[in-house]
Amino acid sequence: MSFIATPQSMHFAEALRLQSGASIRDYTLAYETYGELNAARDNAVLVCHALNASHHVAGVYEGQPKSEGWWDNMIGPGKPLDTNRFFVIGINNLGSCFGSTGPMHKHPDTGEVYGADFPVVTVEDWVNAQALLLDRLGVAQLAAVMGGSLGGMQALSWTLQYPERVRHAVVVASAPNLTAENIAFNEVARRAIVTDPDFHGGHFYRHGVIPQRGLRIARMIGHITYLSDDVMNEKFGRQLREGMDLKYSTQDIEFQIESYLRYQGDKFSEYFDANTYLLITRALDYFDPARRHGGNLAQALAVARAKFLLVSFSTDWRFSPQRSREIVQALLENRRDVSYAEIDAPHGHDAFLLDDARYMGVVRSYFDSISKELQGGQP
Amino acid sequence: MSDHATMQAIARLVPQGARVLDLGCGDGALLDLLQRERGCSGYGIELADANVLACVRRGVNVIQLNLDEGLAMFGDNSFDVVLQIDTLQHLRNAEVMLRETARVGQSGIVAFPNFAHWPNRLSVLRGRMPVTRRLPYQWYDTPNIRVGTYKDFEVLAYKNKLRILDAFGLQDGREVRWLPNALAGTAVFRFEHD
Repeated sequence: MSFIATPQSMHFAEALRLQSGASIRDYTLAYETYGELNAARDNAVLVCHALNASHHVAGVYEGQPKSEGWWDNMIGPGKPLDTNRFFVIGINNLGSCFGSTGPMHKHPDTGEVYGADFPVVTVEDWVNAQALLLDRLGVAQLAAVMGGSLGGMQALSWTLQYPERVRHAVVVASAPNLTAENIAFNEVARRAIVTDPDFHGGHFYRHGVIPQRGLRIARMIGHITYLSDDVMNEKFGRQLREGMDLKYSTQDIEFQIESYLRYQGDKFSEYFDANTYLLITRALDYFDPARRHGGNLAQALAVARAKFLLVSFSTDWRFSPQRSREIVQALLENRRDVSYAEIDAPHGHDAFLLDDARYMGVVRSYFDSISKELQGGQP
Repeated sequence: MSDHATMQAIARLVPQGARVLDLGCGDGALLDLLQRERGCSGYGIELADANVLACVRRGVNVIQLNLDEGLAMFGDNSFDVVLQIDTLQHLRNAEVMLRETARVGQSGIVAFPNFAHWPNRLSVLRGRMPVTRRLPYQWYDTPNIRVGTYKDFEVLAYKNKLRILDAFGLQDGREVRWLPNALAGTAVFRFEHD
């Protein structure tokens, strides 16, 4: 049984200038905090979320025993990131659909729902917004920023945008940018949504419909890329849904894997916003801190001051170990403190959300050493 | 090899404040010692999960990497000292890694069990592979896939144009400079590339 988490929100009247040149004002950020900020205000840890997660990182909501946060196995009292020692903050990113201002909300000038007119937001914009929220919480410097996948990109970006505000960065199953193949998967997902007749150019809210077909397919393709071939074979293999015989149909669900993907797609299409999916996958595509340095990642990371822990998983082909090694190498070239664990796990990209004793052990030990450092001992 | 006296003997070879890369750093004890007592900084390379965990626990930088894949991640002369302490005997590509050690480090320090130590010779003379405190494994389950002697290493270093700066044996934590090939269980070489 997990602890009770309470969602909060904070309103920002002043305009936030975005990387695109556009700006957004009168926006709200949903967030949660766990544990206590200590008197020295130096034990805060920001946890950044990936594509389909939110500020609800850990704990459960009052009266909803099955509402565990998405990283509840990692974060909480006595967990690897121990909320008895650290003040943990989760923030829902701008453009998302879990409470922070997003495309389903109204534009303050026009009073119309943003829809497709919601400005394109980047990882850097999210980090800027997170920093404003931390200012208001009275957190000048983070003991650590942590995230997996797209969340890892935010953690990395923190060390470049606010080098003096981050002591440690824990970057899990992430990458310094997306490969062409990765962008390609995102584009297939986006096309599925955009070509759904219920999408209405992103203004489907007005029409009282949801492009659920597109969302389902987007989720199905995403889901395939989060698993490994091995784990899919082990879980489903060539099992048929009903009995042993082929039905000689082309449109029925016959294989278990089909059934599973459709289930995942259905579930997702009921809670996720189509415009949010487009926005967040675009933010993934755009992230590339080396771009302004002629593709030289080491040069891009030269401003970072934080100490790093990187973790990757051997069967993750969406954010492969090779991509984490690129970050490690760039940090080595800058003589930064960095540790890197490459966990031999079968679960593909999803591994970063699952229990694995080696993975959990390394993260726990890393936070233990941060905790010792805060107490003034040797790290 | 991880006993304190031996570790101290190796640590003495590393200059104060050096940037160190420790290949096969084990649980990070030597790096920890170098950081605390000699103001060094750097990284360990390890393959085994348990050792990676032990390093993180100590607060020693560790990179999980299979040395058989080489050191492509590291630039030429990017460290003051590259250590291979009880690592060489486990490496499939021992000669390549020796060259890589010399490439990445301004200097290298290699230590490994000396098979020509007299108790080992005696054992082989009796017709049996040695099983000792230093080489505690049976021939059929030893992880030591490269068995060499102090003298063998001199030849390999010469072949790879390494300049030997210092060489001695270690026995019970003491330096052995007289007949090290016969009188020491461990061979130690400090070298640099041309």
